[in-house]
Amino acid sequence: MVDARGYLCPMPVIMVQKEVKENAPATLEVLVDDECAKENVTRFGKSQGYNVAVEDTDDGFKLTFTK
Amino acid sequence: MKKINAKVNLLVIISGVVVGLASLLLTFLGNPKNMGFCIACFERDIAGALSLHSAAKVQYLRPEIMGIILGAFIIALVTKEFKPKAGSSPATRFILGAVVMIGALAFLGCPLRMVIRIGGGDVNAMLALLGFVLGVYIGTFFLKRGFNMKRAYKATLVEGFSMPAVAVALLVLGITAPAVIKMSVEGPGSMHAPFVIALVVALVVGALAQKSRLCMVGGVRDVILFGDFKLLYGFVAIIVTIVIGNLIMGNFNLSMLSQPIAHSSTLWNILGMMIVGWGSVLLGGCPLRQLVLAGEGNGDCAITVFGMIIGAAMSHNFGWAGNPDSVTELGEYVVGGISNGGKIAVVVCIALVLIISILNCKKESKKNG
Repeated sequence: MVDARGYLCPMPVIMVQKEVKENAPATLEVLVDDECAKENVTRFGKSQGYNVAVEDTDDGFKLTFTK
Repeated sequence: MKKINAKVNLLVIISGVVVGLASLLLTFLGNPKNMGFCIACFERDIAGALSLHSAAKVQYLRPEIMGIILGAFIIALVTKEFKPKAGSSPATRFILGAVVMIGALAFLGCPLRMVIRIGGGDVNAMLALLGFVLGVYIGTFFLKRGFNMKRAYKATLVEGFSMPAVAVALLVLGITAPAVIKMSVEGPGSMHAPFVIALVVALVVGALAQKSRLCMVGGVRDVILFGDFKLLYGFVAIIVTIVIGNLIMGNFNLSMLSQPIAHSSTLWNILGMMIVGWGSVLLGGCPLRQLVLAGEGNGDCAITVFGMIIGAAMSHNFGWAGNPDSVTELGEYVVGGISNGGKIAVVVCIALVLIISILNCKKESKKNG
């Protein structure tokens, strides 16, 4: 799980990139709280070969990466 | 996926073209040449209009700044992206905002004006681009090594509305009490497009910049960090639009000398824009992006904008801003540049950005370790 809520871009993508690079998880949940971070993290996930599911939460979005 | 990317890229390119056209239009209607839409210059002019500095040639309540904030604010409200938040190292952001402005005024322009000047054939701006890219590269170096100003949290509506409210207040002040506002009678501050037209154009630019996430720093940064060219397309679209527009209007002049409101002191142009690139990467976006995010309700970006305005006031009160090249009555070309105080200020700003970069990385590494 990467909690990137409250971070301005590009920080959410950097945090996810670090997690993917270090642990190469098969699935990964990412929390973001703005539209820009949602778009950028989704684009990054897809560029890394993940399917990305987006779910609305109380304070933003939960992005679920699956291979 | 490719279709989604193409749609996203198209919006950024359209935004870049509109910003380019807006710049050409506002220049045609009276804004200073090669300065159709400079965030740093216009915040500096607002600082002067509010008597925060007394440089008589650069005082005007530029409606472009308020228009960008309110354009972004309105579109964010409509699309439910308006989210008040704040609390990510506000004092550090204020200082970085001031530092970025001091660097920008040493060069005489923000990244957007750098791009506009490149589109006008200004070789000084092309050389400054090297400094800008170097600054962005250094900034990303620290981002990759854990630079972190900590997260922001959900804030009150009052916090979120603060920047749009300031923008409205400035417009009301300008319309109802113009005698309170200082206005240049000569120099760049005296050159301006009609108030209402500039405001309307800026509202459109602000809305488009919000939707497309257009950011001059982000364009270079994302290529370095992720190999993502999305935002760079906007950067290039502005240059291409302005080159074509200037060629059509006969305003393209490929030269280092005799460029409008520019100096050819190359080292200080490069160092000034290096500070802007570096500081803006740490802040999460260029001066234009800070205005847009402040309009979206981000209090941290609002405090950055206030820092920039104070940085502009300091630059002019202490004589640190760049002096344009000029020609004497005898026809002698005088190279401008910055004063010795300005050179010291630039060096101090580089040291400040370096210290902020290092210290914010150290905290992170200690926690992880």
